[in-house]
Amino acid sequence: MIRIQREDFDVGVELSALSRGQHNIGGIAAFVGVVREIGSDGAPGAMTLEHYPGMTERKLIEIEADALSRWPLDAVSIIHRYGRLEPGEQIVLVITASAHRTAALEACQFLIDWLKTKAPFWKFEETAGGGKWVDARSSDELATTRWLEMDGRGAG
Amino acid sequence: MQLLYFAWLRLKIGVGEEQLEPPPEVATVTDLLDWLSEKGDGYAEALLDRSVVRVAVNQEYVGFDHPLSPEDEVALFPPVTGGCGGPG
Repeated sequence: MIRIQREDFDVGVELSALSRGQHNIGGIAAFVGVVREIGSDGAPGAMTLEHYPGMTERKLIEIEADALSRWPLDAVSIIHRYGRLEPGEQIVLVITASAHRTAALEACQFLIDWLKTKAPFWKFEETAGGGKWVDARSSDELATTRWLEMDGRGAG
Repeated sequence: MQLLYFAWLRLKIGVGEEQLEPPPEVATVTDLLDWLSEKGDGYAEALLDRSVVRVAVNQEYVGFDHPLSPEDEVALFPPVTGGCGGPG
């Protein structure tokens, strides 16, 4: 299940919705991304997330399909917000469920690593002087190449 | 050709999307960027450092040598910064 939305989400509601009626799930892993109190330049501030409607959904569906092909997952949820977000607000939720905990935990990390480098979102941080677009981090690219090295094949 | 611009490229160019008809000699992404750069100062400034410009054609990431056709949807944007938190 993939949702791109302006509104906040309730992690508890999403967790129970994902596992409802699925009796072979042995473990559920969840990652919640939150707007940091301190921005990249050290100043606290809100941010605005812009995205590319259409392509965002398409890329998240691809990333989800890739995770499903690598691990025996019973369910996946990805929710990514856009618009203006205050420090402390939730940005992104990834939930994975499987009969096996390793599959759930690994797939959850895989999904958050990949969506950071593949999903077309851009962050604008508000600062005292106006604001600035957040630069992509080479360490995020490294986090995804780790997955490629692990299995020696491309992940799309 | 439908052109879409995001993040600081949108701000520098001044619009989020526009319908343009590049001349027939615009055959690849590089040709398009060269042609756009001639359209005005905002375009030239936005496309000055191409190492920070990413391109999607019909919502798929492509390289600068990718061929273009008049019906394509072409999006120009900086490297993506979704999700949150550093990896390490």
